[in-house]
Amino acid sequence: MTARLAVLALAAALLVTLPFWMTSIYYINVASQVLFYAIFALGLNVIAGYGGLVSLGHAGLFGIASYATGYALAAGFGHIAAILISLCVGLVAMAIYAVLSLRATGIGFIMITLALGQIVWGLAYRWISVTNGDNGINLHGRPEPFGLSLSSASSFYYATLVVFVIAVAAVAVFVRSPLGAALMGTRDQPRRMNALGYHVWAIRFWACMLSGLLTSISGILFVYYTQFISPQTLALTSSAEVLLMVISGGAGTLVGPIVGAALVIIIKSVVSGFIERWNMLLGAIFVAIVILMPEGLVPGSARLWRLMRRKMSAAPRARAEASS
Amino acid sequence: MNWYVLSVNAVAFGGLLFLLSAGFSLIFGLMRIPNLTHGSLFMLGAYFGAALIVGVRGVALNFWLAAILATVGVAVLGALIERLLLRQLPGQPLAQVLVTLGLSFIAADFCLMVWGGDPINVETPAGLGGFMRLGKAVFPNYKLALIALAVAFAIGLWMLLDRTRLGAMIRAGVDDPDMARVVGIRVSRLFTIVFALGAGLAGFAGIMGGPILSVYPGLDQDMLPLALVVVILGGTGSLLGSFVGSLVVGFLYNFGQALFPELAYFVLFLPMLLVLLLRPQGLFGRFVP
Repeated sequence: MTARLAVLALAAALLVTLPFWMTSIYYINVASQVLFYAIFALGLNVIAGYGGLVSLGHAGLFGIASYATGYALAAGFGHIAAILISLCVGLVAMAIYAVLSLRATGIGFIMITLALGQIVWGLAYRWISVTNGDNGINLHGRPEPFGLSLSSASSFYYATLVVFVIAVAAVAVFVRSPLGAALMGTRDQPRRMNALGYHVWAIRFWACMLSGLLTSISGILFVYYTQFISPQTLALTSSAEVLLMVISGGAGTLVGPIVGAALVIIIKSVVSGFIERWNMLLGAIFVAIVILMPEGLVPGSARLWRLMRRKMSAAPRARAEASS
Repeated sequence: MNWYVLSVNAVAFGGLLFLLSAGFSLIFGLMRIPNLTHGSLFMLGAYFGAALIVGVRGVALNFWLAAILATVGVAVLGALIERLLLRQLPGQPLAQVLVTLGLSFIAADFCLMVWGGDPINVETPAGLGGFMRLGKAVFPNYKLALIALAVAFAIGLWMLLDRTRLGAMIRAGVDDPDMARVVGIRVSRLFTIVFALGAGLAGFAGIMGGPILSVYPGLDQDMLPLALVVVILGGTGSLLGSFVGSLVVGFLYNFGQALFPELAYFVLFLPMLLVLLLRPQGLFGRFVP
């Protein structure tokens, strides 16, 4: 337990001091991306990891919140109003998603969310008179909470970090709450949970809403970060990327999606510097992780670590026994 | 645009979709997974065929020969995917779906790497380039041939599934895989056969669609959702379902694009949502996925 606390303290210290030792603005921006994609991955993990409901349409929700922010700002609303509007729009979209896709679980849920994601993408891409098609929508300016400007890389990083910490705390509380425990129950034994008197559908629905809230928050951070939103952000590739973050890190763990987000974003931004074939690498990592390390990096390496420690502590004992 | 011409276009596109989705539906029915590489197999068939027709090292092939070679190539690829990758994950449908998703990204990037980003136009095969006049309406011969071909394939597949021993085994596997194993059917071998068959059909659809749709990067992402809609509409594992679903989607897509070009996608997905709400197993489906 102390080792875990030490790692946590080290991670917190690194995150807080990052803009001081990371001199390149480019890498501070990469760190901001890791943080808001980690929120997105945490959001997907709520249903995919803890609820066993894998969604391949989450980029659609992410994009809806981003577009909503763009429209609200263009319509002349202030930043606070725009953010609130986007959160409401994102939650309504999530409710529609949930009502339609919770008719099924497992593979059926994947198919319906995939189809819904493609509808949203198709609308963003083809409904040119509203969404400006492939050219997307530009934003101007970032909000200034308490009079602090977020235009520099490090100030935006700190704002994202604050939201990120709140999101992690919220998910940690949720997982330990009765609702979180009930959600894991519906993942493992839906019929038993039903027989025990739990409303399985409602538990899943509220989990979806939390997922939608986190997804919308990350979508808003994304659009403030890039100042631009286009249909590319809503494509199936984006949904698969965030799912890869969850699965590669470890679905159903708190740290897994964060590690996964860091891994995917760093590989993507480092590799795309000298390789053009990001999608091929993405696909290859996907196949490799699913076949070789299906439980994800965090639980996988934790298992290796325990195995190694047992071997290490077993080896001297065996030698002592052999000599006696 | 003329209503007759639009209808013929819709039926021809529906025929193409039938070739694509019949395999998708059979794989789904038997293996219980949506094969997310299906759009990629369609695109690979189109690119293989187009490359052979344009010519590799100066040797250009006839359209039909290229189509047959591309079909066989994609079918072998499908069998390899099933044998080498999906076979590693027995009883884990979620992992299998994710592998097919990863493969679809690899395939998309592979095509972009080899053939570049510019669309390739495939010439209509010799003898089918003209038009047929019927009163005032003018129908392109190739589309009529495509309809005839799709009907022939539908009959052939129906004969295969309904009249042969292999077909009976496949139907048994779709209805109850465990019971099929108990009576001595090697269901895992059926998996390979059906995956290769479905892949071959998708590849064939890809090259046959070349003269109408042309071949371009992103073709996979355009076709996969359509196959998904056909199967959700028609029901999984049902040949009749794919046939009816393909026609419905063909009409919706073509008329949607002509009447409301910006909302074509939405028009397409609306009936799918209705079916999901009112009849989740699809119009002719046997089980809810």
